[in-house]
Amino acid sequence: MADTMELRDIEVWDGNMAASQALRQVQVDVVAAYPITPSTPIVENYAGFTANGYVDGEFVMTESEHGAMSCCIGAAAAGGRVATATSSQGFALMVETLYSASGMRLPIVLNVVNRAIGAPLNVNGDHSDMYMGRDSGWIQLDSYCPQEAYDLNFIAFKVSEDHDVRLPAMVHQDGFMTSHTAQGVHTLSDEAAFNFVGEYKPMNDMLDLDHPVTHGVQTEEDWHFEHKARQQHALMTAVIPKIEAAFAEFEKLSGRKYNLVETYSMDDAEVAVVCMGTSVETAREVALEMRQNGIKAGVVGIRVFRPWPLEQIAAVLKDVKAIGALDRSSPHGTVGALFNEISGSLFNTGTKTVLTNYIYGLGGRDLTKAHLVSIFTDLKANADAGKVTTPLQQYIGLRGPKLSFF
Amino acid sequence: MEKKGWDGFEIGAMLRSFDGATQDIATTLPENRPYSVSNSFTASVADWRIEKPLFNKDYCIDCQFCWVYCPDMSIISRDKKMVGIDFDHCKGCGICVQVCPTNPKSLLMFSEQKDEEEALEQWPKKEKKDQSEEPKED
Repeated sequence: MADTMELRDIEVWDGNMAASQALRQVQVDVVAAYPITPSTPIVENYAGFTANGYVDGEFVMTESEHGAMSCCIGAAAAGGRVATATSSQGFALMVETLYSASGMRLPIVLNVVNRAIGAPLNVNGDHSDMYMGRDSGWIQLDSYCPQEAYDLNFIAFKVSEDHDVRLPAMVHQDGFMTSHTAQGVHTLSDEAAFNFVGEYKPMNDMLDLDHPVTHGVQTEEDWHFEHKARQQHALMTAVIPKIEAAFAEFEKLSGRKYNLVETYSMDDAEVAVVCMGTSVETAREVALEMRQNGIKAGVVGIRVFRPWPLEQIAAVLKDVKAIGALDRSSPHGTVGALFNEISGSLFNTGTKTVLTNYIYGLGGRDLTKAHLVSIFTDLKANADAGKVTTPLQQYIGLRGPKLSFF
Repeated sequence: MEKKGWDGFEIGAMLRSFDGATQDIATTLPENRPYSVSNSFTASVADWRIEKPLFNKDYCIDCQFCWVYCPDMSIISRDKKMVGIDFDHCKGCGICVQVCPTNPKSLLMFSEQKDEEEALEQWPKKEKKDQSEEPKED
């Protein structure tokens, strides 16, 4: 029996420690890991908890991230609660197996500490790895600070392991900005945290010897389409209600309220930025300052990136006059992903809103308040003109001549 | 197998070996196991084979080497006696012939069309040791 850890009501944790404490509290059976900056401390801390008797599970060191996720898949298929963490290049190496995990309907929780993808090699935070995962069939939850990295892990296990869902989930946090920045984190007791997620309930597990199963089968044109359709059906219909239920139950337990789409100063907003990660917190502050200068500014934070909450996004944004979609990933040949998603969400609503795209913060470049003031000023001009007054896609915080497209 | 719609089967591209629960499956003979339609036991892969092993019980010493080494569990053995070959699952790899220690071998490869009786009639005789292979004194 694992030892209990006595936690203070508020602990000073960075995002990595917050995530590893959440993994400890839900008593993960198997963590298979190949550490990579900036997510390394998550599995390092977890290995320490295991070695010191705070966890009953197994910590498996593998030869690569591909091996780490493969090991997680095997352990999940065998019937255990499974989690790991990665970033950037490691995430990229995991991609093949991410599709296996979701297609095999295995509820693995992956903490992704968002980091740029080389070349040029870079260890700092942007959302390139998060964006790379968006077609992989995983649930993707995004946190903006260490507290949320802690809380969303519990949500991830609860939703992912639900027998109506059985899909793996990623919990994202920004590399260094969240993962290595210590803040006060309100804790749950070990007992309360474990009871919120509950005992793991296996399904079709390989260790059920009375019901032998084969996992990871091959299907061709006669079956593959149906399996993918079934997977999409679960991701599209089962997950959102389960996340909402988990958010509601978590609010009762902790007093902290989460939403599919987070809105700040949006009730009467004429202009809004939509962003993810730590940028949301900076944008919130700037929006309040813009309001002091007479610009009705608001901020929309994406909490659930996959499944994309299309209807909820449309409802929040359709009456705004001008929207800026902020993408922290090089879109490589098109508009940013958030611009595309928001366009798709609004296109058939009859809205007259004006939508533009900003690329910012690549490789850990700061998004300053001054940058956000300039974005809100752009958006105000678009709102007043009722049309796009700037290029459709602009680079923010880039040295050299202004760079924009379309 | 019936082609069900996308909502008509279990999730996860997962296949069950047996219909319903099983107990003591290791001590149940294959022909008595409740294999499901999705288990490969119920499918024939005989057409993968271009050569087949044939068994001559006159020379077999029931050492079970073929049973141990067959990668497809296609050697049928009961009470540690070699019975024959499961031609629905044998892929003609020839490993059973390679490991057979008798002289002549009790298992030999033949073309898929070879008549069994004819093969048994033509079975090679015991090979005598070739004098030339004996070590020579210098």
